[in-house]
Amino acid sequence: MSAFDFLLQGLGTAADPMMLLYALIGVTLGTAVGVLPGIGPALTVALLLPVTYRLDPAGSLIMFAGIYYGGMYGGSTTSILLNTPGESASIITALEGNKMARKGRGGPALATAAIGSFIAGLIATLLLAFLAPWIVKVALVFGPREYFALMVLAFVTVSAAFGDSALRGLTSLFLGLALACVGIDQLTGQARLSFGVPELLDGIEVTTMAVAMFALGEALFIAGQRDQAEDEVTAVKGSVWMSRRDWARSWKPWLRGTVIGFPIGAMPAGGAEIGTFLSYATEKRLTRHPEEFGDGAIEGVAGPEAANNASAAGTLVPLLTLGLPTSATAAIMLAGFQQFGLQPGPLLFATNPTLVWGLIASLLIANAMLLVLNLPLIGLWVKLLTVPKPWLYAGILLFATLGTIGANPSSFELGMLLGFGVLGYVMRLFGYPIAPIVVGLILGPMAEQQLRRALAISQGDWTTLVQSPIAATLLAIAALALIVPLILRARGKGEMLSQLAGEED
Amino acid sequence: MKQFVLASLFAGAVAVPAMADYTIIAPANPGGGWDQTARTMQTVMQEEGISKSAQVQNVPGAGGTIGLAQFASQNNGNPDALIVGGYVMVGAILTNNSPVSLKDVTPIARLTGEYEAIVVPAASSIQDIQGLVEALKADPGAVSWAGGSAGGTDHIAVGLIAKAAGVDPTKINYIAYSGGGEALAAILGNQVTAGISSLGEFEAQIQAGTLRLLAVSSPERLEGVDAPTLQEAGLDVTLENWRMVAAAPGLSDEQKAKVTADIEKMAKSENWQKQLADKGWMDTWLAGPEFDAQLEKDISATEAILKDIGLVK
Repeated sequence: MSAFDFLLQGLGTAADPMMLLYALIGVTLGTAVGVLPGIGPALTVALLLPVTYRLDPAGSLIMFAGIYYGGMYGGSTTSILLNTPGESASIITALEGNKMARKGRGGPALATAAIGSFIAGLIATLLLAFLAPWIVKVALVFGPREYFALMVLAFVTVSAAFGDSALRGLTSLFLGLALACVGIDQLTGQARLSFGVPELLDGIEVTTMAVAMFALGEALFIAGQRDQAEDEVTAVKGSVWMSRRDWARSWKPWLRGTVIGFPIGAMPAGGAEIGTFLSYATEKRLTRHPEEFGDGAIEGVAGPEAANNASAAGTLVPLLTLGLPTSATAAIMLAGFQQFGLQPGPLLFATNPTLVWGLIASLLIANAMLLVLNLPLIGLWVKLLTVPKPWLYAGILLFATLGTIGANPSSFELGMLLGFGVLGYVMRLFGYPIAPIVVGLILGPMAEQQLRRALAISQGDWTTLVQSPIAATLLAIAALALIVPLILRARGKGEMLSQLAGEED
Repeated sequence: MKQFVLASLFAGAVAVPAMADYTIIAPANPGGGWDQTARTMQTVMQEEGISKSAQVQNVPGAGGTIGLAQFASQNNGNPDALIVGGYVMVGAILTNNSPVSLKDVTPIARLTGEYEAIVVPAASSIQDIQGLVEALKADPGAVSWAGGSAGGTDHIAVGLIAKAAGVDPTKINYIAYSGGGEALAAILGNQVTAGISSLGEFEAQIQAGTLRLLAVSSPERLEGVDAPTLQEAGLDVTLENWRMVAAAPGLSDEQKAKVTADIEKMAKSENWQKQLADKGWMDTWLAGPEFDAQLEKDISATEAILKDIGLVK
């Protein structure tokens, strides 16, 4: 049988009414946990693993697939509506998405996220189905020096999230980088900046930090503004649905986001966040409406959301082709495979084609199910903004705390959540952007470890960083992205840039 | 649905002590070996009627030492509390200078174990373990090893191999990865000279011919594994990455005996054996004074090698 026949057969299995029910349960659970800040899909799948023990392999895998995609999607809803990312991969979505929601365009923002997620999920799942063995070969070429170059590129693009002031953006970024140094140094096993506190040995949890900075900081900020003029939040202005113009501005970012997110997700050390950073930066560079960025540009939601879901499919490439779980959720799915006596690995496609294609088919079904579930819900979600603020933010605080404690039951973690919440409030108060600090916390350790690994392998020879063509190319792109705008600005004192932007419009 | 999620999360994550017979702490994130061990114990204990509603709680961090410290301080004299741990914890306690050690809990039994495997990419010019040892002797820095976290089982094994080969263990070029297959990806991608991890992690790749197995760290040859032991290769190294279960500190002898009997009943059940076979885990059951003696021996040997590598002062 050819791959295509297998896929059709898999779709046949997955279209069984019982299977569709499992898929529905999966995507609903996934969306729910994605929405709750701090609780990730990994914990949900782990909790459900004993339950699925009694189900057949096909049914439980379909449910896992639903949770996985649902979780990736659900994080965006709270990002957009409440400026509270449920997962670290939807941090970037909050930048433009929440601005849109505040202007009454929450509906189109949620719609472009949902449809973008669907399209990216669809394309990426098909790529997974037909190109996985080739993509994984490319992904394996990425060693420490290539990853380091990719991180450098990601760092350069962070400036896209700085807002108006580069100084404030950099301050926030370096604060994040400093916090990233806390904990056991992975390469030597020695503790850094942990001051003898055992809870700090594992470093600062990114989700705790993100939830604190965004959710708690936001809640405090809103509470602090109580007596001032009522915020200009409008629940719905115009249609809840995307206009023709929204579609025209969204479809290219969806495709570009997919192209960026999928390969990075497939890299064993890539991760979902980097794809969203790069996608956001790309959209900001290419947009015809640069003036809207930072103030609710739909491209800034469409691209990163597509990248986020494409990378979720990408993560399954190394899992299915090599048996490499590159995310916590993938690791638990691997445990799920083993529960049914299957060993994912290079031979899985050959030895268990029915199951692999069944999983891929269930991903396609789960993806479609998500769209069906979420598009009608948009109208309902947007109503969330009309909930009186005290109620809404009290609820956010409750869920943020519950999620953090659920994932990491320790009073120290709770203290950190509150401490960073206050920091987030103070930063908002003085106009420092929040995203760079979280980005620094995510990228800092990755870049440091990859650089040190590269240097350890080359025994201290720095030229190793430019000896690989891929690394050299990525570094060159990063250098161009940094230097070209500076030169343009120096020449025309910004005139050329604004001229360029003006011409295109 | 949301209520169901919350309820199940609440039950799973913030276990309600009144409902649970046994609460099993997995001192790691969901998905890892300890978490899987704890969840398998939970399933088998419930199905064998040993515990009506066993709960698993994840307390991740710092090689299990966070979970261990929390477990020891909160459960003194509680006969219903269990914690999963293993060899990695022994090293982590030493490198992290943890105030709480395995002496502060009541070790019950060793449950499963895995041996270490030394591999090279299929494209490597190194054909056997002797070839690798010669390269190591010629220039220790030029041989890069990919493995799990610094100070963990894999790192300790490389230190022991170097020492047995007469190479200064502080000179080894060990590249630590945070599990999750990253190390395997580096080996497959030809980024490093050699790789070291539990045999199970490499098995599928060895079968597919993308990795070459050079040696295993077991005392005798393993059934169905086509590779010599390190001892056969003239390196006096055996190492087992074992997983154990411990009970709370301050238990009376009767309480300890009851817990041991429950765990033994679980480990001897057909159900447990089937789970081990499904997951490819080895049954390395050891309890009582023999286990205590083995634990003592492992701790002192680990401390010695970590000092040699320079990770523990």
